[in-house]
Amino acid sequence: MESVHAVEFKGVTKRFGHNTANDHIDLYVDKGVIMALLGENGSGKTTLMNMLAGIYAPDEGQIFVDGREVSITSPKVAFDHHIGMIHQHFRLVDVFTAAENIVLGLEEKGRLDLKAASKRIKEISAKYGFDIDPDKKVYEMSVSEKQTVEIIKVLYRGADILILDEPTAVLTPQEIEKLFKVMKAMRADGKVIIIITHKLNEVMEVSDVVAVLRKGHHIKTVRTAQTTPAELTELMVGRKVALNIDRKEPVDPKPRLTIAELTVRDGDGIKKLDNVGFIAFGGEILGIAGIAGSGQKELLEAIAGLREIESGTIVYTPEGRHPEQLVGKSPMAIKEAGVAMAFVPEDRLGMGLVGGMGMTGNMMLRSWTAGKGIFVDRKAPEKLAADVLADLEVVTPGVDYPVRKLSGGNVQKVLVGREIASAPSVLMTAYAVRGLDINTSYTIYNLLCQQKEKGVAVIFVGEDLDVLLELCDRILVLCGGQVSGIVDARTTTKEEVGLLMTSVGGKEAN
Amino acid sequence: MHEKTPLIRLSKREDMPKRRIWLIRLGAFVVALLLGMIVFWIAGANPLEAYESIVVAALGKKTGIRQVVRNAVPLLGTALALAPCFKMRYWNIGAEGQITMGAVAAAFFAINCKTMPSLPLLLLMGLGSIVFGALWSLIPAFFKSRWGTNETLFTLMMNYIAIGIAAWLIGGPWEGKKGSQIIPVFRDEAVLPKVFGVHIGWIIVLVITVLMFIYMRYTKHGYEIAVLGESENTARYAGMSVGKIIMRTAALSGGICGLVGFMIASGAHGTLYANVAGGAGFTAITVCWLAQLNPFAMIVISLLLAVLTRGSSTLQTSMGIPASITDIITGIILLCMLGCEFFINYKMHFRKSSGKEAA
Amino acid sequence: MMGTIDFIVALISAAVLNGAPLMFGTSGEILTQKSGNMNLGVEGLMFMGGAFGLLGAFAYGNAAGDSASGVVAVLISLLCSFAAGVAGALIFSFLTITLRANQNVTGLALTIFGTGAGQFVGELMRIRVGGNVAISNELKLAFSGSPFPAALQNIPVVGPLLFSYNVFVYLGVIMIIVMHRFLNKTRKGLYLRAVGESPATADAAGINVTRYRYIATVLGGGISAIGGMVYTMTIAGTVWNHTGLSGEGWVAVALVIFCLWKPINSLWGSVLFGALLILYIRLPIPFLPTQIYKVVPYIFTALVLIMVSIRQRREDQPPAALGTAYFREDR
Repeated sequence: MESVHAVEFKGVTKRFGHNTANDHIDLYVDKGVIMALLGENGSGKTTLMNMLAGIYAPDEGQIFVDGREVSITSPKVAFDHHIGMIHQHFRLVDVFTAAENIVLGLEEKGRLDLKAASKRIKEISAKYGFDIDPDKKVYEMSVSEKQTVEIIKVLYRGADILILDEPTAVLTPQEIEKLFKVMKAMRADGKVIIIITHKLNEVMEVSDVVAVLRKGHHIKTVRTAQTTPAELTELMVGRKVALNIDRKEPVDPKPRLTIAELTVRDGDGIKKLDNVGFIAFGGEILGIAGIAGSGQKELLEAIAGLREIESGTIVYTPEGRHPEQLVGKSPMAIKEAGVAMAFVPEDRLGMGLVGGMGMTGNMMLRSWTAGKGIFVDRKAPEKLAADVLADLEVVTPGVDYPVRKLSGGNVQKVLVGREIASAPSVLMTAYAVRGLDINTSYTIYNLLCQQKEKGVAVIFVGEDLDVLLELCDRILVLCGGQVSGIVDARTTTKEEVGLLMTSVGGKEAN
Repeated sequence: MHEKTPLIRLSKREDMPKRRIWLIRLGAFVVALLLGMIVFWIAGANPLEAYESIVVAALGKKTGIRQVVRNAVPLLGTALALAPCFKMRYWNIGAEGQITMGAVAAAFFAINCKTMPSLPLLLLMGLGSIVFGALWSLIPAFFKSRWGTNETLFTLMMNYIAIGIAAWLIGGPWEGKKGSQIIPVFRDEAVLPKVFGVHIGWIIVLVITVLMFIYMRYTKHGYEIAVLGESENTARYAGMSVGKIIMRTAALSGGICGLVGFMIASGAHGTLYANVAGGAGFTAITVCWLAQLNPFAMIVISLLLAVLTRGSSTLQTSMGIPASITDIITGIILLCMLGCEFFINYKMHFRKSSGKEAA
Repeated sequence: MMGTIDFIVALISAAVLNGAPLMFGTSGEILTQKSGNMNLGVEGLMFMGGAFGLLGAFAYGNAAGDSASGVVAVLISLLCSFAAGVAGALIFSFLTITLRANQNVTGLALTIFGTGAGQFVGELMRIRVGGNVAISNELKLAFSGSPFPAALQNIPVVGPLLFSYNVFVYLGVIMIIVMHRFLNKTRKGLYLRAVGESPATADAAGINVTRYRYIATVLGGGISAIGGMVYTMTIAGTVWNHTGLSGEGWVAVALVIFCLWKPINSLWGSVLFGALLILYIRLPIPFLPTQIYKVVPYIFTALVLIMVSIRQRREDQPPAALGTAYFREDR
């Protein structure tokens, strides 16, 4: 019996276009085990699990559940095999109660008995230690409660194999602790739990085995008890990569952007930035590190005038002119105040670009107000489009070809090219190289370095620590919306930054 | 046995050559005509004769052609008015009411300026109709930009309120002979002059066609509308003021609709009826959509529908077919044309031919 | 005193009578919109229902001659109008669900088609028969008379208020209650609401979004169309009267909003709107012109729409996915 694994992947491969997300993965998990699936962003963790949950079908290879080969063509089929996945983006109907959401889609006979469902939900909750009110509407729930509903939904369907995709990214430390307790209770009940994560401390705390993925390959599976964070880091990131970024010492850095006591809440009233303060200097690259969703997006958008600011100040100090308070100004007002700000947002096609327009139309996004009169000036953007096309070697059938249809790298080149061309004095980029190949990434790094040498204050939000360490001058680490620390990129280590990412003020440096 | 892979899987496509796109649309039109033949057959008429009769009645004689143009003017004008709204993904289906309010404004000046000479009077009527139409359209736009009130449903309600107001004015304060429930015919000075036998409105809408094409394609406003229609976040990112753009565009749209109302009242009817828009505000929505918001394509489609309306209006007398067959045929054509867009926008993969998965 | 009571009783009876077509028109559209489909073709569907309902009864009356049974005539009329609505809604569903055409535009095209088709059938009958389409008085009575014995109807006040209506009023009430129970108490009703709120969630939960949308839209269309038949066969007196019917469908759409997408509200909402449709005759208000009086339902609806958007109470909002096509690979 021992030889039969609860789940086993054999040679599973999944491609998206030319991109191989999973390359011949062999992997297994046994009953009563918590497995952590560890890897950096883009290493193929979620894709692999989506194949188990019936979202994608593998291009090659086989999947076995309890020793039998299965073909999981839809989430429903996955449920029939007692597999349930809790996605990062919750799939819940807001105006329904927890109980209504949980019974959704069940093919039970007989009339709908929400009371009986509530009773079962309470039983499940009691068994594993959840805290949930079955009659509460989802829109009244906190993120953690919503996640609980998703987990119960899966358990209610009798899942024995639970996949959690980065479940802790949106939780507070107390909530994380609670979640881990629940996971251990489920393990004690003989369930298989696969947790997708890139946080080492959590891996060490909760898992029994760790499978490490890197760039679509399964590197190794180790017992948690027999490994160390250091070993896992090495497996995850590989040997420290020498990036050979030509990083010059900042020349005569002057304060350009002074941010103090900045607090921002999102639409639901949740604090996304908590008393954030720092100075960005002209002539340096300030890296911003942090676990996904730690407030990076909100910080950049607040500076760009796209977010309502609860309190705090953002002062822009131009060369030889009076400082300018940016809080309370719209993006247009910021521009009119003479602040040359460039911003490469994370959501390229949803915010930075207009997908349906060509390069020219997208160049116009920064210049459409130019000139008097009612007509837009097409000449300058046309020329700019041609320049960006040539300088950054954008691959496109033409400057009027909709950018939505370009590959990710080319889309990013169009966006970065335009922003740099605006001759900014502040340049903010969010995940500027996400999804790009090595060559394009280097193109972008070099562009950022050039900007820095021109005296621009560059703010670089990144996820790859190697890059942050080699590209930036200083690194600000965000943790749960707070500044966890600001370190010198030349002297710090990956471990130090990693520590700051997971706990506020892990250690003060600099 | 679990869920099978579906027989047909769909994916979006954006690369069909222009020629094939138009072939598909032409095909849909032909299919619609064939379906229309069934309707004629049910009505007991020879379908081919019926079609022939439509074409002859509409295009055979000068009077027919003039009527066609008269019918096409409000359709084209309104479709043009709606184009920027739809481009912005703002579902203004309140054209009917905006036309009505424009006509009301025109009638107000026509009735009250008893001595004004023709040219200033017409200008005043036109201007008044634009302002009224724009204001009427601004009401839902204001609530949309301020509170996100659903504009589709709101503009729909505004149609009937406008028609009610017009009906009240006609039967009440502006009534001609007591109890007649109609207002007197406009005096000659308040009637649009004719060019080639049709009121000058046809020239006005052709001018608007060109202007709208330029507005949508080459102006800053047009650019703002295009960006906002694709993504509100991008518009905000580019420093655009979303609420302002929504209100301005809705006002422009309502203004042109109002002008159309003026042209119908002053040009075609010479008086104000409560149903002055006569459904043009609704039909124009389909015209605008089928033309893919392209002003020049709108000319073709509105002419086509106008030919149909004019041609089949004679069927009742010539062949004993109820005149309402026009609406059936129009409906069939619209539905077929709407359906055919699917084959332009989506690619079908049959189960056997391809097993590739899209991301 | 007695006069006032009589007046009120008469007013309520008239309101209910005029509200009956709306009960069907509105609840059908609520069912449709609950699935996330906004079918603006209700006007067309009600025209088709009215014309085909009349045609059915007329054809049956002609065929059966003197032996015609009122019950059968009513059933045939119901069936014909329902079938016409189903056919119309099927066109809409095919275009918007399968072919993913824009719902607003398709709905309007359906209105053009449907009003034309209804009008066509109505006129054709007149042309064929020559003069007005006549149905025997007994058959007429089956449509407009009360199904209850005279003894019940003659009870003062209670009789006219409860037992004097035509059969469709009672049918409408039953249908609305059934629909309310279906949407709120049954599994399928819950799933249908999920489809209208978040098709992606429903899809992930294994609910067949396409099937639910088709069934809800087609059934809803059939129910709406019955409303047109009820108008033609009761209020219009079994005569094709397109001017009277025109606008009824749009009132029904307005009422959907007014009812906040809850069928149970359409019970009183229909009566209220029915009252507003006739109140200008029965209860003229000085200074309020009748034409403005007539549009009060639309003004009310617009105000409700504004209030709902300002208050942002989640339960009062339209189904979140209303008006959008669902394409799995968009996610």
